[in-house]
Amino acid sequence: MAGSIRWYRFSAPSRFYGLAGAVVPWLWTAAAVLAAAGLYMGFFVAPTDAQQGDAYRIIFIHVPAAWMSMVIYLAMAGWAAIGWAFNARMASMLARALAPTGALFTFVALWTGALWGKPAWGTWWVWDARLTSELILLFLYLGYIALTQAIDDLRRADKAGALLAIVGAVNVPIIYFSVRWWNTLHQGASISMTAAPKMASTMLMALLLMTFACWSYAFAVVFMRARAIVLERESHTDWVRELSRVSEGLTR
Amino acid sequence: MRAVFWAIYLRDLRLAMRRHVEALLPIVFFVVAVSLFPLGVGPEPQTLRQMAPGIVWTCALLASMLSVTNLYAGDHADGSLEQMLLTGQGGLVIAVAKAAAHWTLTGLPLVLAAPLLGLLLGLDGESLGVLTLSLLLGTPVLSLLGSVGAALTLGLRSAGALITLLVLPLTIPALIFGTGAVAAVQGGQSPNAHYSILGALLIFTALTAPPAIAAALRISLE
Repeated sequence: MAGSIRWYRFSAPSRFYGLAGAVVPWLWTAAAVLAAAGLYMGFFVAPTDAQQGDAYRIIFIHVPAAWMSMVIYLAMAGWAAIGWAFNARMASMLARALAPTGALFTFVALWTGALWGKPAWGTWWVWDARLTSELILLFLYLGYIALTQAIDDLRRADKAGALLAIVGAVNVPIIYFSVRWWNTLHQGASISMTAAPKMASTMLMALLLMTFACWSYAFAVVFMRARAIVLERESHTDWVRELSRVSEGLTR
Repeated sequence: MRAVFWAIYLRDLRLAMRRHVEALLPIVFFVVAVSLFPLGVGPEPQTLRQMAPGIVWTCALLASMLSVTNLYAGDHADGSLEQMLLTGQGGLVIAVAKAAAHWTLTGLPLVLAAPLLGLLLGLDGESLGVLTLSLLLGTPVLSLLGSVGAALTLGLRSAGALITLLVLPLTIPALIFGTGAVAAVQGGQSPNAHYSILGALLIFTALTAPPAIAAALRISLE
């Protein structure tokens, strides 16, 4: 078959470096175009919500960020596990590259949630199940980043991070359900989280565009970070030296 | 296997006996930390009674994390941990024995001290019993999860703070159902559902944590 690209080829850091470098400009373009279109749809085309007025429009950033925060954690744990199990260096580097972006999206989801909560519920923060578990997700990200940064030996850092990410991924559902139960028991936050049941198609469109924009941004920035990590870790290899010689020649 | 378990377990207890002041530190921390709360939030009995399970549980959590830092540190520093792993018995039995020793030295005293502290915070007899039982089910979970953190951060400069950051989010379910049991009794309900879930958590952790600890030890000592 013509389309039989050998994907394993790109598990070699040098090849990944080349591929990611070629893809990153396209990803940035896609992110910019999609975000511009999504924000335009969201802020100018989508109708004003009957109950929440214009404040609901933060949903176009909040919801994609919340989705990304969870997807990236799973991706990070998955790549870290692959890197650990198969000793695949590139997978471990990808996992390391994913963590800051995931933490950023989690933070953005929390922050925009607070900004949304103020007009919608009259408070910046409630100890709602979803908010609380998102906060705990942020702690898990921070733990992963802190652990991998604290260990100087790279191989050990990758493996320890992988173990922690897997333990975290196993525990996320347990934490989520216990927080939900805790929340229903306490009844403190009796504010209903149910959003508008019917969404105008333009709203949905804007939401989808913003989601794809977030995906493109995540891929772009993770690839860039992964490229930087590759250069850092492979600095002893010939191809990186070659690269630096070429760039030095260019600047001269 | 059983011989190795008892050898390591009893050795840790004996070591703790020889440095008994050090071994008592977590429990002292627990008592001091709990007694700070009335000073902070005020002495109203109603408020204190309502907050008591949360205070006791949170301080027990912190005391466990504080003491688990040293679980492997000494053996790692003098090389005996490496020797234990080299015996070919596998990390699993070491992990279980160490966690059991940690629970005996820290978790059990916390359980025993909890009724006294609950009394200080104005809990009634029934709530005291439930609090103690919930801690009895919950503290082994803390020891096991803390061991994972201790094994991962072996020999690191900022191990203590790291363990807290790594492990505390994972202990949230135990905290929720432990305090929930007391809250249920205070609200006139049966705590049995909470006991069941705590028991399930304990079984789940007891089955999954030791392999994780063993793997973490292998990673750290490679």
